[in-house]
Amino acid sequence: MIIGEPAPPPGGPTRDRGGPGQPLLSVKGLIKHFGQKKGFLTKAGPVVRAVDGVDFDVAKGETLGIVGESGCGKSTTARLVMQIIKPDAGEILFDGEAVGSRALELNAFRRQVQMVFQDSYASLNPRLTVEDTIAFGPRVHGATRRAAATRAHDLLHRVGLEPARFAGRYPHELSGGQRQRVNIARALALDPRLLILDEAVSALDKSVEAQVLNLLLDLKDEFGLTYMFISHDLNVVRFMSNRVMVMYLGKVAEFGPSEALFETPRHPYTGALLASMPSMDPDARTEVAPLAGDPPNPINPPPGCRFNPRCAKSAALCAHEEPTLLAAGEGDHRAACWLVDPSSGHPRLAA
Amino acid sequence: MSDGLMVDVAGLTVDFKGPKGPIRAVDGVDLHLKRGETVALLGESGSGKSVTLRSLMRLHPSSARIGGKVEVDGRDVLKLSSRELAGLRGPIVSMIFQDPGLAFDPVYRIGDQIMEAVRRHEKLSKAEARARALALFERVRIPSPDKRLDNYPHEMSGGMRQRAMIALALACRPKVLLADEPTTALDATVQIQVLLLLRELQRELGLAVVFVTHDIGVAVEVADRIAVMYAGRIVEMGPARDVIREPRHPYTQGLLLSRASHAPTPGARLAAIPGAPPDLADLPPGCSFRPRCGHAIDDCAELQPEAVSVGAAHFARCIRTRTTAEAYEAVGA
Repeated sequence: MIIGEPAPPPGGPTRDRGGPGQPLLSVKGLIKHFGQKKGFLTKAGPVVRAVDGVDFDVAKGETLGIVGESGCGKSTTARLVMQIIKPDAGEILFDGEAVGSRALELNAFRRQVQMVFQDSYASLNPRLTVEDTIAFGPRVHGATRRAAATRAHDLLHRVGLEPARFAGRYPHELSGGQRQRVNIARALALDPRLLILDEAVSALDKSVEAQVLNLLLDLKDEFGLTYMFISHDLNVVRFMSNRVMVMYLGKVAEFGPSEALFETPRHPYTGALLASMPSMDPDARTEVAPLAGDPPNPINPPPGCRFNPRCAKSAALCAHEEPTLLAAGEGDHRAACWLVDPSSGHPRLAA
Repeated sequence: MSDGLMVDVAGLTVDFKGPKGPIRAVDGVDLHLKRGETVALLGESGSGKSVTLRSLMRLHPSSARIGGKVEVDGRDVLKLSSRELAGLRGPIVSMIFQDPGLAFDPVYRIGDQIMEAVRRHEKLSKAEARARALALFERVRIPSPDKRLDNYPHEMSGGMRQRAMIALALACRPKVLLADEPTTALDATVQIQVLLLLRELQRELGLAVVFVTHDIGVAVEVADRIAVMYAGRIVEMGPARDVIREPRHPYTQGLLLSRASHAPTPGARLAAIPGAPPDLADLPPGCSFRPRCGHAIDDCAELQPEAVSVGAAHFARCIRTRTTAEAYEAVGA
């Protein structure tokens, strides 16, 4: 245990098993469709293909950034990993063990994976003081009242909130930045290994956002954490992440080391996303929007490559055959685009 | 009309009722816009940017007390009767919001809502009003506009609803457009489309635009001039280029230096502004930014800093602009 005298979780501390080479989290073939399924008397309704075959892994100690626009499935992916919603199909391995199997029951898994949400107010119980909020998890998992309170005070101190001033406050007495610090402290209370940050800094003012990002980096070093960092802000994702996954309509469009992906994006969607960021140069303002229209609805994704109707490089091939993630450059840089497959016959490859 | 100004605000103050006495949300704002000019009000929550914007249409609850001068197209907004105010809202000034869902009535077709707005101000037949609405939809580039006029708000995507709201705001051919974070809720690829559309409309129609945002990048994309607000005051204002390249107020500098895109190397820490945004009910004496400022000296606690000229049409409310200029050069920003 790292700070204070927290109660070890029942069943003993379940720390590193597979060694540093084994991914902390490994997700294969994850699928989640929402909507009405055909039943005995009910007709099948429209189906939202929120997450439609997603594979990725998160190495120990890294930050995996996930970016994409609304409806791309990034938050659904986070909720599936957390087991807040049940996947329709797919395998989730945590340090080599299947989540929900006898070797890693849901309870034990949830102690090791915690989540911080965007809405700092909605994720706190308005009737609990800050101290009770943070101590709640350890209490449920068997810590004594005193041990849990000590843990809460230690964590408050660690996230930059003076326990003497803040422990007795209620959520409405805190600013947005302070509330998000409480949410982070609460997430750390069970000494997790993986933290899923779903737009955790998006609602904060810019000057506070930088403070919380710094705090997250400090905590990661200190507690040896692994992050899944979900955000729509590409600058923040680039800054925080070792590797980045770009999602589009329930699929992975591109995956790779942060620098490589931002410097030489291989999927046209990643390129368009990067080009859509405001230029920050008054003499070189954006003149042409990289993409027209809104991200399409995941209810009826287009056949072939899901990006093809909006893609400037689309060819006939793209409209009926779906590309898979293929190696595209150094390391494990991969992109789901026919342009990275020299044998695909995409007309632009010949040029 | 004074000096051809479309917007002429001087010494604007807005007080709201607080639990422990009045809270001054805007404290002495001066803002002047010519025809065809875009100014971005940049600031964080509680900086007074939206309150300033709403003052131009007098949209505050009646308990708010507004002081100073607010003239729009030569009309004294603070002295208008409610009937005159209704004549101002629409044909002279109109506004677009962050959430188009709230600007439209969910149970009426969007086309009908635009026609209603037009017919409220101008003597047009239904057919003429519909033709105007159709032209507006084409203007804001809504695909298959004739069909879309019969949509209910929930039948449109977020980006399209935002375009429809811009069409509604332009329905009565206003001279001044007020934009309150209109792209904040949009996805990146849609945000840039809407920003470019606003820029194009502003240029073609010669609108004066006041654009409220918390995002420096967005401000740079749309604005001729940027006004940075903090604790109810404009602490720095100037041409967009100068404010971004040569910021002189320590708060503006802090915002620019703390951006994640400005990080030296991945994993390094950001140069965050310390401390918390100010509590308007409990502001420190002197400069409001002093408790968070690395350049603060004892004199900063004495008086509200006056505007100091730091370039052509560029000022900062800071008594240490010489020091801040050197410090900013030194970090190589």
